[in-house]
Amino acid sequence: MNNPILLIIQREFLTRVRKKTFLLMTLLAPLLLAAVMIVPGILASMPEDDKSILVLDEPSILLPTEGTEQFSLDYLNPSEFDLELAKNFLRESDKDALLYIPSGNGWDPDFIKNNVLLYGKEDIGIDLQRFIERQLEEKINNQKLIQQGVDPEVVTQTKTQVSVKSFTLGEEDGSEETSATPLKMGLGYIAGILIYFFIFFYAVQVMRGVIEEKTSRIVEVIISSVRPRQLMMGKILGIGLVGVVQFLIWVILSGTIYTVVSTFIYPEIFAQQVPMGPDAPDLSQVDQSNIFAMINSINFPVVLGGFVFYFFGGYFLYSALFAALGSAIDQEADSQQFMLPVTAPMIIAITTAMNVIQDPNGPLAFWMSMIPLTSPISMMIRLPFGVPVWQMALSATLLVGTFFGVVALAGKIYRVGILMYGKKVTWKELYKWLKY
Amino acid sequence: MIKAQDVTKQYGPKVALGGINLNIPKGSIYGLLGPNGAGKTSFIRIMNQITAPDSGTVYFGDRKLMPSDIARIGYLPEERGLYKKMKVGEQVLYLAKLKGLSAAEAKSRAKDWFVRLEMENFWEKKVEDLSKGMAQKVQFVTTVLHKPELLIFDEPFTGFDPINTNLIKKEIKRLNGEGATVIFSTHRMESVEEICDHIGLINNGEVMVEGPLLDIRKHYMNGTYAFTTKDEQGFEGKDVLERDHVHTGYTATIKADQYPSGLIQELASKNQLLGFEEVLPSVSDIFIDIVNNGPKPWNS
Repeated sequence: MNNPILLIIQREFLTRVRKKTFLLMTLLAPLLLAAVMIVPGILASMPEDDKSILVLDEPSILLPTEGTEQFSLDYLNPSEFDLELAKNFLRESDKDALLYIPSGNGWDPDFIKNNVLLYGKEDIGIDLQRFIERQLEEKINNQKLIQQGVDPEVVTQTKTQVSVKSFTLGEEDGSEETSATPLKMGLGYIAGILIYFFIFFYAVQVMRGVIEEKTSRIVEVIISSVRPRQLMMGKILGIGLVGVVQFLIWVILSGTIYTVVSTFIYPEIFAQQVPMGPDAPDLSQVDQSNIFAMINSINFPVVLGGFVFYFFGGYFLYSALFAALGSAIDQEADSQQFMLPVTAPMIIAITTAMNVIQDPNGPLAFWMSMIPLTSPISMMIRLPFGVPVWQMALSATLLVGTFFGVVALAGKIYRVGILMYGKKVTWKELYKWLKY
Repeated sequence: MIKAQDVTKQYGPKVALGGINLNIPKGSIYGLLGPNGAGKTSFIRIMNQITAPDSGTVYFGDRKLMPSDIARIGYLPEERGLYKKMKVGEQVLYLAKLKGLSAAEAKSRAKDWFVRLEMENFWEKKVEDLSKGMAQKVQFVTTVLHKPELLIFDEPFTGFDPINTNLIKKEIKRLNGEGATVIFSTHRMESVEEICDHIGLINNGEVMVEGPLLDIRKHYMNGTYAFTTKDEQGFEGKDVLERDHVHTGYTATIKADQYPSGLIQELASKNQLLGFEEVLPSVSDIFIDIVNNGPKPWNS
């Protein structure tokens, strides 16, 4: 006797993996991901267009700043030019822009700061505008300080940068660990988002598969050979396997591409570039030994184990729900009204992710990581910060318990639903099916 | 082959089967007949163990129906279809393996069937590229491939084109000749009269009559007589149910409480009596009779 669940898993897996779209998605996604990581680095290192700017500086406030290599400044003599003449001069010259700083009535910094004009032959880039603003701010600040009788040098010297070293005090052995909050934030957030996408993407595929079997009318033939629950579980496991394979390929491919590009093709860019965009914590300021201390302060076996557990736990829970949903409707278009209530907990979990990160042991984080419909995401975000063992155990137990409960209920709805055709289903109707 | 004892099934407030008793003899071609919603599909799903009865027992052979029996049943449901994106050959093998066949066995049998039904060139095609008639052949093959002892067809001929209908009737008769028990379920009672030897008539979840088709038809004969004569002479004033001029003469059916010996003598003298028989009622006549007058008690 063949094992029907294995046969179903095999079919679900093979038909999906053999599709062209699978191949395309599997190969393109890492390229895209790698591109997201690499392209900003390449762009940042590209030399930008040099610009030369005419400056009509009536109050002589910028003078004698010479600009930079990128933005060179050429001063017009205010006694020879007024604004109109200067504009005409710009049109005929090969310069790119004209900066006009009026002196107004007397030398009033507050008037000047509001009346500086910048004309360009083409659009003025944000970089140029920022450069000018920064230059002027510094000069005007200094002038104001001088007016108040303060030496700008003194201000520069008194500027202080404070760097607090934070530690986490171990509960028992009194060990102190270097706090790695930024790293933990990043790790938890990324892991949570990955789980969110995995659940969304593949659980919906389970629903699609169920609807496909229903609309193609093959389902009754199949369940005259296997139990409906076997079909449901086979489908969930088969599609989950597709997800795992795809995920692993993505990780390996992205890693390979990133490594190849960063070590062999553009090593010089990646040596200076800080990963993950401008808002990421600036790790370059932390010295090397500190980074190792930070990494060591995270309990990686727990985080990794938790990731695998919540990755699958969340997927199984939601895909059982989606299977029940798919069985109740005839076409995907009808799924909307049921989708929202089912996915709402996940959306709440992801939208409260930031609050959980900011207070990983607060009441919101606690409850969100206990409720099984949100715990796969919320608990994952908390794990890098360290979670008491009893909370992990409770959350895991609740998730597993709910999974079995949901499978039992979803199985009942599924069993009735797959053989119901042409019926607009309501929540009340679904409730009735539980009792058939 | 199949015996149902007091089988009930209820969906919410709706009673689908109200305690039915059926006996489907081994080797028979059995018509499970009744209007839509009578409970036919509910009973079929119980035989296929898609649903369980609320109470009562179903026997397969001489013991209770068991989960492993699904491998011995071939079922073509009314709502039937195939995976559209899958290749025909793969799909046939998949369904056969679900029924417990080994891959090699399934393949060799499938190849035989594909040759027999002249569909060898389907193997590598995707189902969505098949015509409706071609898909029906594939569905038929998947139903019979694992050599089931019991074949169940639910509304088999709706949606089948006439050529396939005949082909499949022929194949079903052949399988029956090789020993398979066949159940046809349909609301189109006339469509299976010629092929079935046993019937069970059900309505509103109750069995109205069951047994060998010929016995039932004889039992429900209601004094309808058919005459073939040269012309209309002699029928004046008689209550003629149906009349027709045919190329051999004239036919008329009349209803009489007892054997119409007077009329026969009259026709023999006034007209030329070419033929005479007592009419066997059709299954749908019997059905209407029972709905209107209740079942007719069997005396013996």
